[in-house]
Amino acid sequence: MCAEAMTAVLDVRALRYDLQGQTLVADVSFAVGAGETLVLLGRSGAGKTTILRLINRLLTPGAGLIQVASADAATQDPTRLRRRIGYVIQEIGLFPHFTVGENVGLLPRLERWPRARSEQRVRELLALVGLDPTTFAARYPHQLSGGQRQRVGVARALANDPPLLLLDEPFGALDPVTRVELQREFRALADRLGKAVVFVTHDVREALLLGTRIGLLEAGRLVFLGTPAEFRASPVPQARRFLESAA
Amino acid sequence: MTLLEFYRRHLGELLLLLREHVGLVAISTAVALVVGLPLGVLVARRPAWRKPIVGVTNVVQTVPSLALFGLLIPVFGIGAWTAITALVLYALLPIVRNTYAGITGVDPAVREAGRGMGMTDGELLRLVELPLAAGVIIAGVRVAVVVSVGVATIAAAIGAGGLGVYIFRGVATVDDTLILAGALPAALLALLADGLLGLVERRLVWRPR
Repeated sequence: MCAEAMTAVLDVRALRYDLQGQTLVADVSFAVGAGETLVLLGRSGAGKTTILRLINRLLTPGAGLIQVASADAATQDPTRLRRRIGYVIQEIGLFPHFTVGENVGLLPRLERWPRARSEQRVRELLALVGLDPTTFAARYPHQLSGGQRQRVGVARALANDPPLLLLDEPFGALDPVTRVELQREFRALADRLGKAVVFVTHDVREALLLGTRIGLLEAGRLVFLGTPAEFRASPVPQARRFLESAA
Repeated sequence: MTLLEFYRRHLGELLLLLREHVGLVAISTAVALVVGLPLGVLVARRPAWRKPIVGVTNVVQTVPSLALFGLLIPVFGIGAWTAITALVLYALLPIVRNTYAGITGVDPAVREAGRGMGMTDGELLRLVELPLAAGVIIAGVRVAVVVSVGVATIAAAIGAGGLGVYIFRGVATVDDTLILAGALPAALLALLADGLLGLVERRLVWRPR
């Protein structure tokens, strides 16, 4: 596939972010098209989460350009921008006082969808992530297992049918068996939905399994950007170290 | 004269004082809520304002109640309004502090997820932070009300009425029955108010079932 030919859903150019004299993100550029999953791989503190939070403007970039669906993110109302970007974090952050259905249906509620349409959407989304709506819609988050909660988090992020999904180590806190199960399902889901996905992880196996491309970050810089096959063959020492750690 | 006998003879007066007492507490608590809740939210949102605002409410709390009533007389004169002002000042601390503690106690991941999905600050506050903080906030209101019922007895000293009238009269005439006549209903009132707010808490506050 020729990356130039398709319009990128997310286009990040020369992104920079400094905090208290420290450079957390420096000169990071990448583009993600529909149906692509870019995995940002790196050790703790490499700037992965910071990049996600810059994209949905939870943080304000020091320099650089971010375009979401061909529109400059910096000039948009952050609230409107975020409603068109699905966001899943490791701790999930489900609202504990809302049922599963209310969690998934919150954005439709804020957007004042008609009730029937938003209920229909909640059922669709729960089914999409492998949760039976009749069983799960009325449950509270604390009644779910870690894996089920993460599924709800993904469903909630998809509520407004956003073209772009940001996932921050969404499967990091799960047991290994559940993690592999969710990784496989997520891969199938991403293929099917054709979203542009930015997926953050420190797990190289997860990166190789889920990424259509891998961006390797170190100290806020992108030291490698390419396909999983290119990553495996890469002479970049940081990439070698990650591969050796998984061997 | 026994307490029961006293109440039988002075039932009308007792009810009047009780009504005054409840009025002092109810009005001051309502005002303290209207002022204290937004202040608590403000302090939670702007950490720089925490020290001055919580500091001032803290200092007010350390002023002895009789002195505070006295200090306010030159401003508002003798009577109920001075008493209500003092009671509001006392009730502010637990309400501001608990609103602040309740909101900042909300799981940061929940706030991050809410902001990240595009909730406005107002939506996050109304739908997530205040409901999750409600238990802590109501606990603060309970403290405020119980303290107010007690402090309101001293309001009688500045002519604001209430059950303290019996207590001061009893102290002045060294009459235990009279002191009890004011103190007992005040104590029961505090227990009742606390119990009612406990019911409100159970109805209003979400907790895992």
